[in-house]
Amino acid sequence: MKQNPAKILMNGLLTENPTFVQVIGMCPTLAVTTGAMNGLGMGLSVTAVLTCSNLFISLIRKFIPDEIRIPSFIVVIATFVTIVQLVLKAYLPSLDAALGLYIPLIVVNCLILARAEAYASKNDPVSSALDGIGMGLGFTVALTAIGIVREFLGTGAVFGVTVLPEAFPKTIAMILPPGAFFTLAGLMILVNKVKASKANA
Amino acid sequence: MGLIAILFTAIFINNYVMSQFLGICPFMGVSKKVETALGMGIAVTFVMALASAAAWLAYNYILVPLGLDYLYNIAFILIIASLVQFVEMFIKKSSPSLYQALGVFLPLITTNCAVLGVAVSNMQAGYSFIESVVNGVGGALGFLLAIVLFAGIRERIARNKLLPSIEGFPIALISAGLMSMAFLGFSGLSL
Repeated sequence: MKQNPAKILMNGLLTENPTFVQVIGMCPTLAVTTGAMNGLGMGLSVTAVLTCSNLFISLIRKFIPDEIRIPSFIVVIATFVTIVQLVLKAYLPSLDAALGLYIPLIVVNCLILARAEAYASKNDPVSSALDGIGMGLGFTVALTAIGIVREFLGTGAVFGVTVLPEAFPKTIAMILPPGAFFTLAGLMILVNKVKASKANA
Repeated sequence: MGLIAILFTAIFINNYVMSQFLGICPFMGVSKKVETALGMGIAVTFVMALASAAAWLAYNYILVPLGLDYLYNIAFILIIASLVQFVEMFIKKSSPSLYQALGVFLPLITTNCAVLGVAVSNMQAGYSFIESVVNGVGGALGFLLAIVLFAGIRERIARNKLLPSIEGFPIALISAGLMSMAFLGFSGLSL
């Protein structure tokens, strides 16, 4: 099954955006998005893991017996997560400290297993890698957007650069857990509204 | 820190769902009815207590002596996956009625990040065996509390008429946000 590469990429970015449309991989989405930088870092780490695991799973898909495919996928994913974690620890220690527990938890991010099961185990390696990049970028965009909103409202900064004057009141709740729920709810309402208006037009 | 303090911190202050966002997938997915939420919560409690014990033993008696502690992630996920499978088979044989009640939820638990999360955070906090198990049970009870309360709220919401763009996930997220504000109140407690 050959598909148009651009179409595969856009599928993950927009049509089937993992966060806003499929609503999977919620834990890191809510937990690490206290700032735009953390959202971007988490998104890119997931993209790296997802691309590698999709590629690798697609390469070995013909050798894995059907009954044990889920455990095999999990081992492949866990291996790449460990690699990403060690790389981050070595080169970006501050990001590693900020994301902390949530890096090892990429293993159980349902997004990665879902793509392995639904796409990589059925398609050729190139399309699978592209699907990983597309889905990963869709995830990254969503996380960064949530991070920007929360950082802006909570601390008056974007990517660590202060943009609001000091005197501007800051909503501390936005960088605390409740803010994550409210921001995602707000963005989802926005997405639903846009979709509804498109459907009517 | 005393065991009671660990237990209360895990249930209320560091509630896995409301303040650490672990286990959001089942929290959102299996919380439409109080009854199913209760079943899921009990199944998670059971697996989480076993998983913290098994992960602690594997980490301290296998991985550390072999100098393989950087592989903890792979080891933990395998332990959890096989544990869930084992628990499922065991319950099926020994107590068919319990299996009827919990059955559907058991396979879902492997992808509940709270279970892996508790194993990893026990290791990072350097807890002893007993402390790990207490933290696991506490975290799971916190999950149970949160998911049952949330299911109660959602049952009420389902009876109301909402704007179409807010229906479903957005309203669930807003109610979860309000709940997590309530849980923030516990963070003032010092134990």
